[in-house]
Amino acid sequence: MSANTITVRFFARLREELDTEQLAVEARPGLTAGDVMADLASRGGAWSQLQGEQPVMIAINQAMAKPGSGVQAGDELALFPPVTGG
Amino acid sequence: MISIQTGDFDSAAEYAALRDSGAGTGAIATFTGLVRDSGDTQGVTGLYLEHYPGMTEQVIQGLIDEASSRWDVRQARVIHRVGRLALQDQIVFVGVCSGHRGDAFAACEYIMDALKTSAPFWKKEINQDGEHWVEQKASDRERSQGWD
Repeated sequence: MSANTITVRFFARLREELDTEQLAVEARPGLTAGDVMADLASRGGAWSQLQGEQPVMIAINQAMAKPGSGVQAGDELALFPPVTGG
Repeated sequence: MISIQTGDFDSAAEYAALRDSGAGTGAIATFTGLVRDSGDTQGVTGLYLEHYPGMTEQVIQGLIDEASSRWDVRQARVIHRVGRLALQDQIVFVGVCSGHRGDAFAACEYIMDALKTSAPFWKKEINQDGEHWVEQKASDRERSQGWD
């Protein structure tokens, strides 16, 4: 991964359905978590669910975040289904 | 004390550690969650639990800190297992000691309720038909929101 990328991680059902544990996306000024999700959803197929009706939770650097939260180079963006522990 | 682990835990040892928290402790409340035979599906024979290492511990520490700001919490212990679990296995332990029972009950219940909707764990039910990711329950969200 180059220095100008954001690591995107997927967990649980999303990881299985996307068949992807993690990938890297290019950072750009003003980029938000929602932008990354929209870019990935445009791949179609299972990726469309990143902009679908089922809720997707977002964490940036291991803290809960929102679609409008900014992401920059070096960040870890995690996308996952609502949590079900306990 | 927070532990995310694949192995089982000894509730009696956890209780003993809570009891050993000083002469000001007057109450200990504990909760233990077990693998049940039904959930989103019937005939559940086991569970698989996944988590987000690092974030999980941070979120739980935040819940303990929040509980400590609301109630008298002298010590809190949270253990959550991950990986493959069998029917009736222990999944989660939350133990809190306080000066009085009201604080111990409330802090224990708060940590457990908030953990269910904010700590990054995901449960998969296993039965004879295969495997099924569990969906988050509206009732769990309502219980957690009740503490806001």
